[in-house]
Amino acid sequence: MADTDTAVLPGRTPVRPGGTSPVRGRRRRSRRLIALAYIAPAALVYIGFAIWPAIHTVYLSFLSWDGILPATWAGLDNYRAIFTDSMLGPSLWHAIVLILFFAVIPCALGLFMTALLQGTTRGMTTFRVIFFLPQVLPLVAVGITWRWLYNDEGLVNQGLRAVGLDGVTRAWLGDYNLALIALGFIGTWAMSGLCMVLFLAGAQKIDTSLYEAVAIDGGGPVRRFFAVTLPALRGEITIASVITTIAALASFDLVFVTTNGGPANQTTVPGLLVYRLAFNESNIGGAAALAVVLTLIVIVFVTAIRRLTREKP
Amino acid sequence: MNTTRTAATARYLVLTGMAVAVLLPFVSIVLAALHPSGAQISGLSIPESWTWSNFADAWRAANFSNLVKSSLIIAAGVVPLALVLATLAAYSLATLNPLGGRAISVGFVLGLTLPIELVVIPLYFDLRQLGLTNSYVGVILAETALFMPFGVYWMQTHFASIPGELLEAARVDGARSFTILARVLMPISWPAITTLGLLYFMWSWNQFLLVIVLMQNPDMRTAPSGLGFFVGQYSTNIPLLSAASLIVIGPIVVLYLIFQRNFVSGITQGAIKG
Repeated sequence: MADTDTAVLPGRTPVRPGGTSPVRGRRRRSRRLIALAYIAPAALVYIGFAIWPAIHTVYLSFLSWDGILPATWAGLDNYRAIFTDSMLGPSLWHAIVLILFFAVIPCALGLFMTALLQGTTRGMTTFRVIFFLPQVLPLVAVGITWRWLYNDEGLVNQGLRAVGLDGVTRAWLGDYNLALIALGFIGTWAMSGLCMVLFLAGAQKIDTSLYEAVAIDGGGPVRRFFAVTLPALRGEITIASVITTIAALASFDLVFVTTNGGPANQTTVPGLLVYRLAFNESNIGGAAALAVVLTLIVIVFVTAIRRLTREKP
Repeated sequence: MNTTRTAATARYLVLTGMAVAVLLPFVSIVLAALHPSGAQISGLSIPESWTWSNFADAWRAANFSNLVKSSLIIAAGVVPLALVLATLAAYSLATLNPLGGRAISVGFVLGLTLPIELVVIPLYFDLRQLGLTNSYVGVILAETALFMPFGVYWMQTHFASIPGELLEAARVDGARSFTILARVLMPISWPAITTLGLLYFMWSWNQFLLVIVLMQNPDMRTAPSGLGFFVGQYSTNIPLLSAASLIVIGPIVVLYLIFQRNFVSGITQGAIKG
């Protein structure tokens, strides 16, 4: 009986009735302290192995340190290097280009497919299982598979030859101008299914009377899509864009096995350089600063997406 | 009637086209893996003689016995530990109204957007000082920490969806908070926990950057991270590389096919509720 107000939804603080006696208040307080004991183990591991390292990275980013000798204070030098160095700046730019292929194209494709397929139910389970498959695979294996597909003799070139485009064939991941785009398309392949499955699931929840209303107004399929489907999928679009954008910006596995930044540093991404600077070149401060800048870019993009897709009153 | 049927056919044609686009890469490496080791092959070609020995050769060459063992040890540590910790924390955050619970929830959720790149450097140097690099314990604790935001969030949403009357009834009966969790909530929470456990296994199996940094000893690396270095050594032997890739994706694909509902709902719903 005493606890009617403690069973609450997460994130919603209960409104406390005004007239609680001091004794009951104290008992409730001690109970709320005991409740913390349940959180403590998770919080300790999380703080010790995720939060503390994150803070530590920020500190390291202000140091000049090779990982062995005593570190010296570097101030903002490591950050300055990011914007002047011929390697670091481009890697950030590459990551932003990848957003187009990992996030923008998959979301657009997902929306197009949703408009096309809405209402189709038979056999969808099988298709869903197939479309979603790339989501569960280790990206290292995906990368190796695509190395082979993009190979001189691989499936992509074989397909191009089959349709008479012999002139365009090349070792895609080794092409100075096209390697980044080729890499991006692997992301398109991997992420489109996620977007489609998310959007189709969201579209199923749309009240069909809304579509009838548009039809009565004389609206066609295009109008129906923009007036009903698109606004209704706001939440799913936000989520899909956030997940895929983070995957693009923080990519590492895929790049590491496919191009390793090459050819001639045309496909370097921040994750790759963080690893290289810290563990191959012993420039811990520089690696930490790049990791911090990368995180800030992730936060800026995630915030921007949430702002853009937020419901307007 | 006829137009609707044409439309339906067109839809299935588009769907099938997409499905083929997703599956072709797999067909390509399966066929490649069945060619004789080191053979010159092209795109999609049926091997003249089916060679199964690539799998055994790749297993030996990449030392998959050790890699798979490491993968399983790490997953066997991460999955139960992360499940228990996330469940306990989420139970409290969702139903016990802990002091500062709101702020704690936010603190966990913030972790969802942090890239691994942000934590990996100090993790290496700090864990090395503690003797936890080249150690299963180090990787297990680090992965548990990184997976915690999603797990707490997932279980918290689950517990919050359970009708409050159920908890009330137990409280009126005088059950203590831990008894309520163990006797009342757990029996109806297995679907949510199973899904989370499968996602944890997948993330642990697939984890790459963290493992190559924290495990400098090649014998203690996991299957995908071992594969990442195997590419460098055998970059031109397509059949062998394809077989190695199939070995690494095999277990996760089998799990996915058995539990596809959990995987799809876990990733999509987990995302949407956030």
